[in-house]
Amino acid sequence: MAATPRPKRLPGRPVILLLQSFVLVGFFLLWHVLTATNIMSPFFFGTPLAVLERTWKDFASGVIWYHLYITLLETLLAFAIGTVAGIVFGFWFARAPLVSAVFDPYIKAVNALPRVVLAPIFMLWLGLGIWSKVALGVTLVFFIVFFNVYQGVKEVSPVVLANARMLGASSRDLLRHVYLPSALAWVFSSLHTAVGFAMVGAVVGEYLGSAAGLGYRIHQAEGVFDTVGVFSGMLVLTIFVIVIDAVVTVIEKRLLHWRPQEAHTTGAQG
Amino acid sequence: MSVARAAPPAPHPALAIEGVTCSFASAHEKGAVYTAVRDVHFTVGTGEFVSIVGPTGSGKSTILNVIAGLLAPSAGRAVVFGEDLHGINPHAGYMFQADALMPWKSALDNVAAGLEFRGVPRAEARERARPWLARVGLDRFGERFPHQLSGGMRKRVALAQTLIVDPKIILMDEPFSALDVQTRQLMENELLDLWSADRKSVVFITHDLEEAIALSDRVLVLSAGPGARLIGEYRIDIDRPRDVADIRMTPRFLDLHREIWSQLRDEVLKGYAQTKLQ
Ligand SMILES: Nc1ncnc2c1ncn2[C@@H]1O[C@H](COP(=O)(O)OP(=O)(O)OP(=O)(O)O)[C@@H](O)[C@H]1O
Ligand SMILES: [Mg+2]
Repeated sequence: MAATPRPKRLPGRPVILLLQSFVLVGFFLLWHVLTATNIMSPFFFGTPLAVLERTWKDFASGVIWYHLYITLLETLLAFAIGTVAGIVFGFWFARAPLVSAVFDPYIKAVNALPRVVLAPIFMLWLGLGIWSKVALGVTLVFFIVFFNVYQGVKEVSPVVLANARMLGASSRDLLRHVYLPSALAWVFSSLHTAVGFAMVGAVVGEYLGSAAGLGYRIHQAEGVFDTVGVFSGMLVLTIFVIVIDAVVTVIEKRLLHWRPQEAHTTGAQG
Repeated sequence: MSVARAAPPAPHPALAIEGVTCSFASAHEKGAVYTAVRDVHFTVGTGEFVSIVGPTGSGKSTILNVIAGLLAPSAGRAVVFGEDLHGINPHAGYMFQADALMPWKSALDNVAAGLEFRGVPRAEARERARPWLARVGLDRFGERFPHQLSGGMRKRVALAQTLIVDPKIILMDEPFSALDVQTRQLMENELLDLWSADRKSVVFITHDLEEAIALSDRVLVLSAGPGARLIGEYRIDIDRPRDVADIRMTPRFLDLHREIWSQLRDEVLKGYAQTKLQ
């Protein structure tokens, strides 16, 4: 049981998984029935069997792997570069109030800008290869990490800080033993969002102009009105997202084990 | 006395608080100030155990923050071993009233932190932290994180964390108020043992008058705020070594308790009324 009484008891994890798969199967069934009976035209909506078959063939023949690899590479690069930059600048701004006061409106303005409009410019600057997509992802990831690190450094408990200082911590010790762990906790709490945005940057970039990647595949299929290809591309993208998200969850659990979770006693259900 | 020999320099007290006044910007009115403590004077000798009792919100933690060097007083000064205090007090260890452990460090790493900050390699610091955890009865809990410990356990980790760096002046802000009576008496006795082994100066804050008398050489009484002052000073002439549980029955203890309580009670009532008003 949770330490605080929950308003309603959820059923166990297997039951939830079962219900989730019902929703999936139901969705495909509905899609199948509607297209098979021609209520929805298969030309515009594809058919689930064709989509699954196409997806299977792409994996079996191996064509999709290269595109997956490109998208994954762009995502990881955008995530890594954006995160490092976000941490560095987040720290700097949090520790230098004047800098943060001066740049505050500009940061907000740039963050409010829809990043898609930057895509053509990045292509102009960096070409059609992976770097223009990485750049787009970085502009998305950077701000998420930046704001979280800024918050994490600002929100360090003053008592914990005072305690560390009384124990003899130098400013370098404070950085390493207090500010950084606190900031990282905030970064990791936004890990899912950051990885998601890195991928959005990659796929949107590919969609708008490239020669490889999942976004490129979808764009290609659209160009020839191949709806089955479009839906198949979306399906692969979805699987890609789910796998990445699961990996992130594992990493998060390992790195944030010091944080209070919802308390569970062993042997309890739910 | 030989005339040829120069007179030894007057020994400095470990700590002297001289005319300390602390005012804060008022939270309620813009521009107004709230004076928490006014014109506080006292000294703590080397190896002396001094308690401060006073009603809630009177300014006990504020005084301790001044001694720690975390808060610069609006007026007056703190003098530590004869030197004016500016910035963090390097001789003081401070056990805070609120939770102050680093939540991302295990209990053992929290205890070892002070040594690490002093340049001791991590592995060695952890080894030296182990016996300290054992001393506060937590040897089996070294790998737990603070959120996995009870409130009382966290206090005990904090005690070990403060003492491991061997400060000459120990500041304790209601360290045992979260503990149950039994553990509390164990910890109090443990503290007295540690203290009598190598006499450090202790400034101990508590709500609990019995605890103050049982532990201290002197008890100072702080009046209710605003502008709290020290209004009483009592020397506790009970022999040491003491057992905190046993001496509570002795006639001298009861006399002292009656005497101090008669003064403290009025202030507590005033302080409570004040807090309600705020
Ligand atoms: N940073 C601050 N800003 C404004 N007011 C403060 C600040 N710190 C303390 N005060 C005020 O000063 C007074 C004394 O606070 P302090 O924390 O020293 O009380 P205390 O004696 O330790 O109380 P308790 O026994 O409840 O811990 C309180 O009225 C409090 O509201
Ligand atoms: Mg206090």
